[in-house]
Amino acid sequence: MLRIPCPFCGPRDHTEFSYEGDATVVYPALDASEEAWFEAVFLRDNPRGAHSEVWHHIQGCRSFLIVERDTLTHEITGARLAHRPTAEALK
Amino acid sequence: MQRYSALAVLWGGLTGQTHWKPVWGRPEPKGHYDVIIVGGGGHGLATAYYLAKEHGITNVAVIEKGWLGGGNAGRNTTIIRSNYMIEGNTEFYEHSLKLWENLSQELNFNVMFSQRAHVSLVFSAAERDATARRYNLMRLNGIDGEFWDPAELRRRIPHLNYDQGRFEIFGAYVQPRAGTARHDAVNWGYARAATALGIDIIQNCEVTGFIRRAGALIGVETRRDGVAGEIYADKIGLAVAGHTSVLAHKAGLGKLPLETHKLQAYVSEPIKPIVDQVIVFGGVGHFYISQSDKGGMVFGGDLDSYNSYAQKGNLPVYQNVMAACMQILPCLGRVKLLRQWAGVMDMSMDGSPFITKTDIPGLYLNAGWCYGGFKATPGSGHTFAHTIARDEPHWANARLTLERYREGRLIDESGHGPVPKLH
Ligand SMILES: Cc1cc2nc3c(=O)[nH]c(=O)nc-3n(C[C@H](O)[C@H](O)[C@H](O)COP(=O)(O)OP(=O)(O)OC[C@H]3O[C@@H](n4cnc5c(N)ncnc54)[C@H](O)[C@@H]3O)c2cc1C
Repeated sequence: MLRIPCPFCGPRDHTEFSYEGDATVVYPALDASEEAWFEAVFLRDNPRGAHSEVWHHIQGCRSFLIVERDTLTHEITGARLAHRPTAEALK
Repeated sequence: MQRYSALAVLWGGLTGQTHWKPVWGRPEPKGHYDVIIVGGGGHGLATAYYLAKEHGITNVAVIEKGWLGGGNAGRNTTIIRSNYMIEGNTEFYEHSLKLWENLSQELNFNVMFSQRAHVSLVFSAAERDATARRYNLMRLNGIDGEFWDPAELRRRIPHLNYDQGRFEIFGAYVQPRAGTARHDAVNWGYARAATALGIDIIQNCEVTGFIRRAGALIGVETRRDGVAGEIYADKIGLAVAGHTSVLAHKAGLGKLPLETHKLQAYVSEPIKPIVDQVIVFGGVGHFYISQSDKGGMVFGGDLDSYNSYAQKGNLPVYQNVMAACMQILPCLGRVKLLRQWAGVMDMSMDGSPFITKTDIPGLYLNAGWCYGGFKATPGSGHTFAHTIARDEPHWANARLTLERYREGRLIDESGHGPVPKLH
């Protein structure tokens, strides 16, 4: 079991969350080039080691979090709100 | 190569079994090979074998960082089938299945391929109709498939959980030519046959980087038994399953349409024969089970669902798999589990693989096998060898390109879209 330190709910089992993949992917503007969309939709770094990833606390506070986790050791070193304005407002 | 036969066993019985010789050695790497295959799993070994056998290219090394077959090739649940419906997959997996049908003879090694049928249970009228479409498409493509109604299913597999209201069994779609094989035997069979054709299998040798000249790859940097080295080659093929992205970055290919995920498998203590097919419980849950020749129940379920390079599975998935098992085969409730393990796989963005030349001269790629690449072993090796030897794809892998993602020609059997954890 991974334990994810949700900023609202505290450390929770990962089974309360839905995994949403690489958090470094930035979706381009709707009218961006095909190439930009191809990269965002299909290409991934897929690192063996440090990984920023999105977890949705679907069975908790329902926030989207960005979790820093190592894909080799599974060690989690941080979790923050994905929505930046809310994260700023809560500081 | 010392041929295996009933007579050889008999002779061995009379002479104290002292005549058996090792079937592969510990060759010192040469300075240069025509082709280097990185990854000594099933696909890498098969590729080397077919390079020698079909294309006469014998100056080949298979470079494996651990031990032969210690990756997914030795960790999978050994299900072999070709019940695919989308072009690209249909012809490739059927080609592979046909190679399986003659593999023991081809390799002179009993890979224990057992065409015991693959039985996909259906649990609703809608699932029955959707699966009927798949099996009709298969039949149009010349792939065998049939429907077993509940009465026939009950006659053939009496132990399923028929008398319950939660998941009523509406019947099953069956591929009779599908089945299982012994994974270690497949690896050993290819390794032995490849060695006999002059191929070097170099174990405990990790590829740590690539050597390039004028934009082309001309060799690999290695660490063998802890010592750094260099080996040159005209062509380099990657068949490293879950580690494809790691090496693709080093080779300069950059990002690929892959995420590495792990899948668990389980085996029980041996019991008397109880399940004579591969049984799959899909749709509402995900569970597949067969019985090994030793009697162990071999089964698995879903991915752990997050990127991982750790060959260890988590407990919640373990629990889900056991719950699915109890739902479908409650008679196994008191059977003890012997072992559980996990392997890391290259989950692709459409759930289908790619076997292709790359834009980097000298580099060839074989990846994206998700958790269905064991059945692909002969087909993958056969078509990858062709692609490397001839610099163009075999007809069976012509659609398994990398460009298809850019061109929108996805081969998405499950229709889940670009979400690797769902394929
Ligand atoms: C639990 C589980 C169950 C599965 N069940 C099925 C099933 O029922 N049916 C089916 O068809 N498929 C199944 N699969 C998938 C199948 O096992 C894989 O798709 C297939 O084995 C991948 O090809 P391979 O045999 O070449 O991979 P592997 O055996 O993983 O070979 C890759 C090799 O590359 C080596 N390597 C990696 N990096 C380097 C490096 N830098 N230098 C040198 N060597 C390197 C690794 O050590 C490894 O030995 C399953 C997988 C798992 C994990």
